[in-house]
Amino acid sequence: MQCDQCEERAVYNELGKTYCKNHFLSYFEKKVEKTIKKYSLIQKNDKVCVATSGGKDSLAALYTTMLYCNEYKIPFFALAIDEGIAAYRDHTLKDLKTFCDKYNIQFRVISFKKAFGKTLDEVQNKAITVLNKKPCTVCGIFRRTLLNRSARELGATKLVTGHNLDDESQSFLMNLLKGNMRHNAALGPVSGLSENEKFITRVKPLYHMTERETRLFCVLRKFEVNFNECPNIHLSFRANVRDVLNEIENKSPGAKHGMINAFLEILPELKKKYREERKEFQYCKKCNDPCAGDICNACKQEAELCKEVV
Amino acid sequence: MKVFIEKENKEIEHPTACTGLELLQKLNINPNTVLLMKNDEIVLAEDLLPEDAIVAILSVVSGG
Repeated sequence: MQCDQCEERAVYNELGKTYCKNHFLSYFEKKVEKTIKKYSLIQKNDKVCVATSGGKDSLAALYTTMLYCNEYKIPFFALAIDEGIAAYRDHTLKDLKTFCDKYNIQFRVISFKKAFGKTLDEVQNKAITVLNKKPCTVCGIFRRTLLNRSARELGATKLVTGHNLDDESQSFLMNLLKGNMRHNAALGPVSGLSENEKFITRVKPLYHMTERETRLFCVLRKFEVNFNECPNIHLSFRANVRDVLNEIENKSPGAKHGMINAFLEILPELKKKYREERKEFQYCKKCNDPCAGDICNACKQEAELCKEVV
Repeated sequence: MKVFIEKENKEIEHPTACTGLELLQKLNINPNTVLLMKNDEIVLAEDLLPEDAIVAILSVVSGG
């Protein structure tokens, strides 16, 4: 099959678009730039921190953010969290270092071990057996906290994440199935519900790109990426939702785009409703980060999982 | 043809030429979750994979 735009061989054929390598790369980069501009994800006075893992999504986000920031002379850097997942994160961090060296990007690595005293592997059994918490729940709370805290300490005003259309449609459906519309109100190209000087605004330049497009971009750009799944993914609710959505997409192409476009229509109303219902912030008595109670979730979790009982 | 399935980190032998889509159907793999490479080049699911091709099925799902 031939590209829509030229006579080259096509490598992409989805939803009525057929592109060769060069036209696909151009389509991907232009669509990300359009997303950044449409939702004002990055502005000229920002200092941008790109949350990276070395996986395909974050490398694509880092590369496209780099293109945008270089074009508009906006400072940016990469930040990685090392959760301490053996035979997984060490590979992706190595790929990330190679990538940042190649493009001359400043990057920092912050570890669970240093911040909380233990790796995810070290607390996983206790999380499952004693607290009945899945590793992904534990990891999510620590990662979000550490990303926000580190980005803030490093002077960032925006935190870019590699979340794509698949991630967002999975999150939307997961929250819907759990009956948690408040969590859905916190989704969108600009994440979160609450404005507070201690929260760095999270933004998603890959919001309208699918997981498949993102990997194709990485393959065609020849990024050296470790494509292994996190070993804990099979324990997550997300993996079930992901499989169901992929089955639906296979039978009804465009379903994920349709779901997210419909979600974006109701999102402003959702954010308005849940912002109005939100109580005043309190500040964690341990770390002083904004939270809903006396102690934030990360400090609670740290006390439950990381402190030795004497 | 030799077929490497990345997600399972295994290689299998497929005896006859077929399209990418036919191969994925035989292996019970959802085409939305993978990319296909023939002799190190990305190909479309509808493209023909000859008997002597070296094929890789790349998973698009990663992360955690």
